[in-house]
Amino acid sequence: MSEAVREPHTYAGGASAAYAKDKEVLLEVTDLKKYFPIKSGIVIQREVAAVKAVDGVSFKVYKGETLGLVGESGCGKSTTGRTILQLYRPTAGSVKYAGQEISTLKGEALRRMRREMQMIFQDPYASLNPRMSVGRIVAEPLVVHNIGTKKEREERVAALLEMVGLNPYFVRRYPHEFSGGQRQRIGLARSLALNPSFIVADEPISALDVSIQAQVVNLLQRLQEELGLTYLFIAHDLSMVRHLCNRVAVMYLGKIVEVAESEELYTNPLHPYTQALLSAVPVPDPSVEERRQRIILKGDVPSPINPPKGCNFNTRCPVSVDVCFDTEPELVEVLPGHWVACHRVI
Amino acid sequence: MAVAGSAAPISLTEEERTSTPWRDAWRLFRRNKAAVVALGVIITIFSLTISAPLLTHLGLLDARAGDAARHVINPANVPQVDVYPDPGTCARDGQDQNPYWCGWLSDEILVDVQNKYCYRPAPEPDRQQWCYLLGGDSSGRDWLTQTVYGGQVSLAVGVLGATMSLIVGLIYGLVAGFYGGRIDNLMMRIIDFMYGVPYLVLVILLQVFFTEISREYRGTDRGGAIGLILELNASMGGLLFLFVALGTLSWIGMARLARGQVLAYREKEFVEAARAVGASDRRIILVHLMPNIIGPLIVAETLAVPGYIFTEAFLSFIGLGVQPGTPSWGAMISEVRNRGGFFSNRFILIVPSVALVLTALSFNFLGDGLRDALDPRLRGT
Repeated sequence: MSEAVREPHTYAGGASAAYAKDKEVLLEVTDLKKYFPIKSGIVIQREVAAVKAVDGVSFKVYKGETLGLVGESGCGKSTTGRTILQLYRPTAGSVKYAGQEISTLKGEALRRMRREMQMIFQDPYASLNPRMSVGRIVAEPLVVHNIGTKKEREERVAALLEMVGLNPYFVRRYPHEFSGGQRQRIGLARSLALNPSFIVADEPISALDVSIQAQVVNLLQRLQEELGLTYLFIAHDLSMVRHLCNRVAVMYLGKIVEVAESEELYTNPLHPYTQALLSAVPVPDPSVEERRQRIILKGDVPSPINPPKGCNFNTRCPVSVDVCFDTEPELVEVLPGHWVACHRVI
Repeated sequence: MAVAGSAAPISLTEEERTSTPWRDAWRLFRRNKAAVVALGVIITIFSLTISAPLLTHLGLLDARAGDAARHVINPANVPQVDVYPDPGTCARDGQDQNPYWCGWLSDEILVDVQNKYCYRPAPEPDRQQWCYLLGGDSSGRDWLTQTVYGGQVSLAVGVLGATMSLIVGLIYGLVAGFYGGRIDNLMMRIIDFMYGVPYLVLVILLQVFFTEISREYRGTDRGGAIGLILELNASMGGLLFLFVALGTLSWIGMARLARGQVLAYREKEFVEAARAVGASDRRIILVHLMPNIIGPLIVAETLAVPGYIFTEAFLSFIGLGVQPGTPSWGAMISEVRNRGGFFSNRFILIVPSVALVLTALSFNFLGDGLRDALDPRLRGT
């Protein structure tokens, strides 16, 4: 695994089928649903509809790997990540962490579980409380869980700041004095404070400059190696996902349409949506770039309030047939480790 | 620790140069000169009114208490213009003090209680040596002393009224905004309803009600909780009931503002991050939401202070404010009605009015300065 992190491009191909089998499942998500109700009424509010942000998502995350979750804006990637962490309570489905069902946990049990799984947020400007010093921000998880004495916490904070490449003397400063990349490191130090083994990274680099993105990604990789972390990496930057992730799941309108190991997915996309998505990635080779054919999808993403019947991609799919408008396709393993939900692929 | 592309090295000597949000706010506040002056004026008025009993005791305020009062000139030296047989016609309340006031400031008649006559003084410059600096009221009490003591009422109403409405509004808005959903909906409909109640009419009615109760139970040893409250109110010069009347509706605007602020911050990622590490609702409200939403509320309350002061002045002016005998600027302004109208007694109006306007103006400028200081968009400029 650690090799794979250092050189993410080497593990594709034949060896990868075995890769998934002998790995321990850390997180198992089964048929996860999250609907947000739309209410109406002045005094007595009735539920009139629901936004089906996540609509039956299943996947596994293996210990030590990085699973990428990609898709366009509003497809439910972030909601999936937050629902896994129980920041939103799921409407239906199960989330098992290390074999334990966590979607039903409450109170103290849930609080204990939070020590295991943490989150890195997208917007480094909104994710740090502007009224708290860096020291208090990073120490907060320790204070909340009542870990250590004041002195021990201070030492831990200094060690954490150093771990993410920040000067430990920054503890008395406030977030507004830092750049986006530095703030993201502070957020990272906070999420590492409790020694979690699983981290949901919700587009942690989308808000950063390209030069800073590479720094943060390298930091994430180094920490994964040092601390044996498992990541669920939510992103829309496809080339960064290819670089960082072992496996990639593609989401469209609240559902997963394709899951495969990253090289497999990038070289052999099977779902028409994945093909369209990947055709948008520019290739840094002029001759290849010239021949690159962009698949332009027609229309817009349908509303998640009222998704289409059958396959939810049928309104935009270039290869749809009658069955796509009746029956919802199942996510099927068509190649070893490569799962696709499409009637036309089977 | 070698990290690829780590943060730029910052020298350790810079460690002391920290900028905290409150230090930044103070720096921004100092930039607004009008606000700094206003803060100075408010502090001055505060210390004057708070130390009023001390000033009186030292004889600095009330001429009656000082030596000056005892050097009352022989009335024989004052040219008698007109002698009244009954002191009651020139002063409502003949006391055994020396209720002389300055003829050079008003055309007031003077009363000599001991000799039971009043007279109109002829102009005489050295009268200033013994009369009240700013004259007195119809009961013969020093006008300057009353103005300073009246400041106690105005500031208490302004500051305590604002604090009370801030606390109630903040708690109400925090609960409604944070818990949202059905609770929020119900709480906000209650506020909508309260907005439909005419504020001033309600306050006046409440004060009429309280006055009636106080009058009914005056002297009767009622005892019990109500008796205790009535007694407390009487010892505060009627301020307790005034607070209650003002406080019934004053917090609703603040509650709306607080709720809006909570809604703006509740969905911020740092709140979600706190939730993700397992922070309790209490911690999220107190540590994460409150310090962030308090700024605009403080500004709004500071700007609302003149409103409370004016309402008190108005109520005291129409005789529904503080109890008679308790000095208050509103009551002092209404004194003009007992003193023969505008034209003969202009200064009676001027002194408390100037104090009122100066205080209100200062709070407005202070609020303005606080708005700049607490505006996060200006931070770091």
